[in-house]
Amino acid sequence: MLAYLIRRLSQALLVMAVMATIVFFGLYAVGNPVDLLINPEADLAEQEATIRRLGLDKPVHVQFGYFLGGLVQGDLGTSFVHNRPALELILSRLPATLELAFLGILIAIVLGIPLGMIAGLRPDAPSSKLIMAGSVIGFSTPNFWQGLMLIMLFAVFLGWLPAGGRGDTVDVLGIPVSFLTWDGLSHLILPAVNVAIFKMSLVIRLTRAGTSEVALQDYVKYARARGLSPTRVVGVHILKNILIPVVTVLGLETGNVIAFAVVTETVFAWPGIGKLLIDSIGLLDRPVVVAYLMLTVFLFVMINLVVDIAYSILDPRVRIRGAKA
Amino acid sequence: MMLAADAPLRRFAGDFVKSPLAVAAALGLLAIILMAVFAGAVAPQNPYNLAEIDILDGSLEPGQEGFTGFTFWLGSDEQGRDMLSAMIYGLRISLFVSFVAVSSAVLVGMTLGLLAAWRGGWIETVIMRTVDIQLSFPALLVALLLLAALGKGVDKVIIALILVQWAYFARTVRAAALVEIKKDYVMAARAAALPERRILFGHVLPNVMPPVLVIATVQVANAIAIEASLSFLGVGVPITEPSLGLLIANGFDYLLSGRYWISFYPGVALLVTLVCINVVGDHVRDILNPRLQR
Repeated sequence: MLAYLIRRLSQALLVMAVMATIVFFGLYAVGNPVDLLINPEADLAEQEATIRRLGLDKPVHVQFGYFLGGLVQGDLGTSFVHNRPALELILSRLPATLELAFLGILIAIVLGIPLGMIAGLRPDAPSSKLIMAGSVIGFSTPNFWQGLMLIMLFAVFLGWLPAGGRGDTVDVLGIPVSFLTWDGLSHLILPAVNVAIFKMSLVIRLTRAGTSEVALQDYVKYARARGLSPTRVVGVHILKNILIPVVTVLGLETGNVIAFAVVTETVFAWPGIGKLLIDSIGLLDRPVVVAYLMLTVFLFVMINLVVDIAYSILDPRVRIRGAKA
Repeated sequence: MMLAADAPLRRFAGDFVKSPLAVAAALGLLAIILMAVFAGAVAPQNPYNLAEIDILDGSLEPGQEGFTGFTFWLGSDEQGRDMLSAMIYGLRISLFVSFVAVSSAVLVGMTLGLLAAWRGGWIETVIMRTVDIQLSFPALLVALLLLAALGKGVDKVIIALILVQWAYFARTVRAAALVEIKKDYVMAARAAALPERRILFGHVLPNVMPPVLVIATVQVANAIAIEASLSFLGVGVPITEPSLGLLIANGFDYLLSGRYWISFYPGVALLVTLVCINVVGDHVRDILNPRLQR
């Protein structure tokens, strides 16, 4: 187990290092931030002072050295535009994204699992056909257009909910949250539904596939034959066995939710990290883009690491194969 | 392997027509593709020929008749462009981008996947590790950041899509090829001392095609959706070649003032296209999946 852990951890570190290199040199090609950030009417001395202050006068490899050194210390540079440490800037926006992501996933689970089980247990019933048709549409609808349609329906035509922004927030342990005020909640609903619909379609499909496979297993037949109530068979014997793949996929999808939040946040002007990323790309604010990337890479590597380790605990075959390789 | 050896294609077609939904989706898809290919002949107007559009026809509601007596069935945009025509032309760009991207990704992924399965050793390790790492990041995010570095353009979107999609094919082809390589016919071909290239591309390749085709179908839908999202976010195709995604993005500004049709109809076209592809893809997968065979 220890050997597996060490192997897996060093792999994760290698991925981080490779990504750091790709990210730095990739974004170096974006363009020259000097032209964009310096007031064209500033005199030469002022321009040079700014360039020096931002470290843009050094050769590329020296800048890369600074970048790596800073990375190790958790310093990802200072935003050209906001003049704040990039990491601090992103972390200040993170709670908004996380709130959105978690509410979206929660909606997807609470609605998706029961719907998927209904569709899996009675595959030929009209209600199941309807659920599956809905899931195909939910799966196929591009996220951003779905968001626009939600705005069109609920904000423009019905006027029930606001079209964008975050609304009032309340601080809980120093972190601003939206869901405790009515105004905040009303701003949160549409983007959260936008995040949820795609994930819900995924959960429905996974649950249905799992349910229709598990329902044919011998232990389910045996449970039925023992005369257990249908609720117990479905709620315990089937649910328990379909939960593993659903939870795994959802765990892996958490990262995806944060990535797709880029789209949802842009549509709803939700002040999370995704909106920050898009704005920073537009403004060529390189440190923020790099910091966002490194943070996302870190997050994904961590999620994968945790899932792999959890798997090796649940399924010893993975560990043994890993040790041999 | 999964189909009867005598007439696999006919068996497949026979299974396929059993589902009326899948047949309808396939026909719909065919109509969409034909419409996109013959956009110039099908569209009522050439929306990018300035001689044909008139600013006086701007922002007309769906079904309204324009200044010159031309009926705008799906409304017009700010510049007086017929939305129906703009959509058909946009569809052409969306389909072109995704089709070129996916077929290139199939070529790249298939070659690397076959190579990994055949050679093994460090080549396989390097290729498959790269695939693992690549697939652990969401395609949209990778493409977004690539385009942030590359800049806008149809060619650049295609490059970004190839880079995020080859890994799916490499993984699938390697897995299928590993199974095929151990089979007798490959042994026989090896014993007959056929050149490596001939064994790989002449014998192994045709037998790994079914799963590749299923994934390619789904990936075309993904490519269309990713391209649309990228264009919406402002890093995709340029304004001179608006895909469906860009049309929707342009309509976003008018949505809040109630002029819904500029965003709504291109989105419907996008949705119908994606649903058709996904229904066909799902059905093909079900037919080819031996676990579901009764």
